[in-house]
Amino acid sequence: MSDARSPEDERELNTLTPPEKVWWKRLGPDERRWLTIAFVWCLILFTGMYVWMGIGDQQTPIESYRIDPDDFAAETTAFIEEHQVDEMEGVPVVAPPPGSNVYLQASQFQFRPVLQLEEGETYRLLVSSTDVQHGLSFQPVNLNFQVLPGYLYVIEITPDRPGEYPMICNEFCGLGHHVMTGMVIVAEAGAEGNAP
Amino acid sequence: MTTRTAPSRICNVTGFIINRDGQQLALAHVVSGVVLLALGGLMAILIALQRQGLPISDDWWYRLLASHGATMLLFWLLLFEVGALYWGSTMLLNARMRAPRVAWANFGMMILGILMAQWAMLSGNATVMFTAYPPLTAHPVYYAGILLFAVGVLLAVVLFFANVVGAKRDATYEGSVPLVVYGLVAAAVIAVYALGTGAVAYGLLFLQSIGVIETVDPATYRLFFWGIGHGAQQVNLAAMVAVWYALIGLTVGGRPVNEGLSRFAFLLLIAFIHLGAVHHVLVDPGLGTSHRIMNTSYMLYLAVLASLIHAFSIPAGIEAAQRERHGARGMFGWLVRAPWREPGFSSLVLSVVYFGFIAGVTGVLMGTMQLNMLIHNTLFVVGHFHATVVSGTTLAFMGISYYLLPLLSQRKLVAPRMAQLQPYVFAGGVALLTLAMLQAGRLGVPRRVADLEYSDAPLGVTVFQSGPTPTVMLLVSVGALIAVVGGIMFVWVMVATLLTGERSERPDQGLGFAIGAPARERQEVLREMAAATRTKPTTDTTVDARGLKGRWQRFEAPGTYLLVLIFLAWFVVMYVVAHFNLAQAWPVG
Repeated sequence: MSDARSPEDERELNTLTPPEKVWWKRLGPDERRWLTIAFVWCLILFTGMYVWMGIGDQQTPIESYRIDPDDFAAETTAFIEEHQVDEMEGVPVVAPPPGSNVYLQASQFQFRPVLQLEEGETYRLLVSSTDVQHGLSFQPVNLNFQVLPGYLYVIEITPDRPGEYPMICNEFCGLGHHVMTGMVIVAEAGAEGNAP
Repeated sequence: MTTRTAPSRICNVTGFIINRDGQQLALAHVVSGVVLLALGGLMAILIALQRQGLPISDDWWYRLLASHGATMLLFWLLLFEVGALYWGSTMLLNARMRAPRVAWANFGMMILGILMAQWAMLSGNATVMFTAYPPLTAHPVYYAGILLFAVGVLLAVVLFFANVVGAKRDATYEGSVPLVVYGLVAAAVIAVYALGTGAVAYGLLFLQSIGVIETVDPATYRLFFWGIGHGAQQVNLAAMVAVWYALIGLTVGGRPVNEGLSRFAFLLLIAFIHLGAVHHVLVDPGLGTSHRIMNTSYMLYLAVLASLIHAFSIPAGIEAAQRERHGARGMFGWLVRAPWREPGFSSLVLSVVYFGFIAGVTGVLMGTMQLNMLIHNTLFVVGHFHATVVSGTTLAFMGISYYLLPLLSQRKLVAPRMAQLQPYVFAGGVALLTLAMLQAGRLGVPRRVADLEYSDAPLGVTVFQSGPTPTVMLLVSVGALIAVVGGIMFVWVMVATLLTGERSERPDQGLGFAIGAPARERQEVLREMAAATRTKPTTDTTVDARGLKGRWQRFEAPGTYLLVLIFLAWFVVMYVVAHFNLAQAWPVG
């Protein structure tokens, strides 16, 4: 059996034992250089978000409001009645005019209505939920947003390529989570039959 | 010497005074953590195989997913961390465990909480996932179980601080606490914040579930929840870095080149890391731009700076120790001659490399406000946190277990060859798993969806049935299964050691740990080596840099310097590529 350790042993297991009395020493040349480079990179990462706000076309939506879920459901129904052009698997299809407010309701387990939009035009999506939290994910462009009941999120989108873009829910919303989908149909610019 | 209430022994391997209470408590927490790791691993097998056609009902798949998340993220990691806190605050300080009976009662309470939460999740009464976002509601027993567990961890943190303060008062050590304990203190401080906000979040839901309050605002809940949801991962981060430093000491006898810098980095973590939790709500309604940017950037990325400091200090510590002992052979000779067969060392290196290159970089990408739109709630997120807590934290914890369990249980490690191989199998599997998950996320695959073919959805979705997605998802499953094999190897070695390992006063024999020779004998060897190098006119800040020419000789850790520059280049490339991808998406705002 060994007895208690001598002071030399103290330094033996290094990081596991108390350090030498004065453990601060001057930084070595490579440490100083790395610290400088690392800090500069941190500042670049920080300013990068502001720079992208200036140069990028893809910005995080900020505009949002509180809304009563029942009011939102009623407004969505009125919006659908005004702009419905078709029906797809039981879900109403709307063709709102470019630049307008477009209601998009997430509820267990459906996004409604189906949106028929025009390529290159900008739409203000007014998104909310009438029950639990949902995730709004446009595929395959892979743009993703959180949808909360009681909060209206304004998301301005400008679909710039024609095609069919499914929406899927990517926030767990209950046992039917994997059947919750929706659809955005983007028509070519100037195509017939898209105007209301 | 102070009087001790519990009998103590002196470890024949490390020379530490081992307090029995601390030893038994640390062992109990670590072992029960490992049992939960095994349980979570079994669930991972089923979750992965369902993706490839194993007939599991959607209901059960979601139950397993919920339980897998809570089991791994909360129960396994936090139990192990409590064990590490008791270990660090008693054995490393030669101190006694304060209020051991309270600690045992607390342990019982945590286990009770785990059983309650598991019952609720597996019986289908709490299929709300780890995040438990309201208005989804679960059985009150679920919230109560999680609360009991969280309060238990908080109490354990209090006991940890009592141990540390008591050790200082009893003067069981001189000067500052060891670096590893310092790191554990950082983890404990962050835990107080995380568990406090967690108690608010789950407390509100519990009150709602028993009808005391009517509703919980979903946006407010998300802010509080992520205080623990991500806060707990910051505890894992700080604890993992502390374990990294412990492993440097244990495997190569190293220490940071500049210990003050490492301690400063821990301070940065304490001050800023919790702000980053906001990156979970970057595409939520209700928050302003400045709030998002200041928080998600951890205040000018000062917490990232802390990680970049550790990213230098850890390899530099290894390099310095290796050069001291083996001399230098060029830029990377120290790495080539490293003890790659030590499970502790291989775990350390794989954990550090993977955490830096994959986990850290993807974390910063998802925490960049605009990039988050491409990532939020996709499998990319899942890939990121498997990289952090599995290949980072879990692997580091496995690595140190190869020391802790034999030394604490005083039994020789069983199946050392399997132990040598284990970190490589586990890390390989997790690497495949996480890289495939990250790629799947880039392809848009959502998280927590039982059926990617959307076969029952009225408006069908076929985007995930063609192109590279099916192959990538197959790789996710294969990687998961390989990782589970690595996990089983670990659990096997640990359980077999505890149950059948040969009792020994010198349980380190069998694996060539750096502490393989008794501390005293090894001391002699090291002293001779140090004397040999001292004959040269070297100072503290230069290395024995044989084979290195010119200015590189002036560096403390030239190999490490080159490695971190390569890492930074990778970081920059990933950042630029991510913005290039973002520019391809629809204009949005």
